[in-house]
Amino acid sequence: MAQLLIDLVKQQFGVAVLETHSLRGDETLTVEPNAWLAVCRFLRDTPRADMNMLTDLTAVDYPDREPRFEIVAHLVSLAKGHRLRVKTRVGDEEGDAEVDSLCELWAGANWLERECFDMFGVRFTGHPDLRRILLYPEFEGYPLRKDFPADRIQPLVPYRDVPNIDKLSPFGRDEGMSFGRQTHSGPETDDDSPVN
Amino acid sequence: MGELKKTTTQVMEPGGPGESFATTRFASILAWAQKYSLFMNPFVTACCGMEFMAVSSPRYDFSRFGSEAPRFSPRQSDLLWVVGTITQRQAPVLKRIYEQMAEPKWVLAFGTCASCGGFYDNYACVAGIDKIIPCDVYVPGCPPRPEAVLDGLMLLQDKIQRGDRTPAIVKPRQDPVAEPNMGLVQLRRSRPSIV
Repeated sequence: MAQLLIDLVKQQFGVAVLETHSLRGDETLTVEPNAWLAVCRFLRDTPRADMNMLTDLTAVDYPDREPRFEIVAHLVSLAKGHRLRVKTRVGDEEGDAEVDSLCELWAGANWLERECFDMFGVRFTGHPDLRRILLYPEFEGYPLRKDFPADRIQPLVPYRDVPNIDKLSPFGRDEGMSFGRQTHSGPETDDDSPVN
Repeated sequence: MGELKKTTTQVMEPGGPGESFATTRFASILAWAQKYSLFMNPFVTACCGMEFMAVSSPRYDFSRFGSEAPRFSPRQSDLLWVVGTITQRQAPVLKRIYEQMAEPKWVLAFGTCASCGGFYDNYACVAGIDKIIPCDVYVPGCPPRPEAVLDGLMLLQDKIQRGDRTPAIVKPRQDPVAEPNMGLVQLRRSRPSIV
């Protein structure tokens, strides 16, 4: 079924279709980035395709490839019940990537593209409100890129400066077990002031 | 007053059991009152919240320990339950809530994420709330069993009774088998290990 969809797009766009893939009902279409919006609009508006729902939009980082990012959109036709995955490839070696926004086609693309921008730094031209959605605005870098250091953290509040913060034992030697708990008498104080 | 005799509180009953008066120290009786009237502020952020609900509901029922009343204002609460993963984005909120609580105040880290971050060793999460605020008791588990939570609560009560205000820190990761002199209790093995 969806093979017919691929043929339909190939017929319409010709050389803009870079690659197709079809395995056990799992159809993928890779297109040129400058045809990205046009192909998606075609898939939405053509009655034979009728892809009226965007279920997911994300990116994949392939640091060894040029272009570096693959933008992936998953489309569904609720009326006809078929699915299609559309991909495009953008981005140079430094990670500077730009692709057309799909917000004007599917309103649900808004937050998906914001998340994609948040995690990969892909800029979507034509997006009404492109800013971080999950991370905080002070965050530097894009954490789902493969070259983001795995141990890099950016705390908003400074961590406490306590010696041996990771090393002190929480319990005395005779504590931590039910039979050891009650054996520990408190610090001996002579005055009757509350210990606070 | 029956439980006073069994705990760390020093109580003398000069007239013998059953008499109508007992003597104690003011700090002890104050701590006894504090440990059985912990007003709690649940800071519930993740899946541990389900287990928190289980502990608070009748089957396990931590209101038996005087930890009955939730107060969703930090100014009215004594015990801050940090239940779930704390992200870097949420850390300022948690710190603000802790600072708004009035002394005396205690913090209980509920679950692995709040205690040390667990497997969330990444860009988004705080590896344990003790990186931000002092923490009194850690309850490990993902999520912890209600029995473990009650054990943690009883440890906190014991800590309050002792008047011990030192914040507890996560235990070092050491192997009790390799270091038998650590003072940890050895697990009894019913049969020799195969390895």
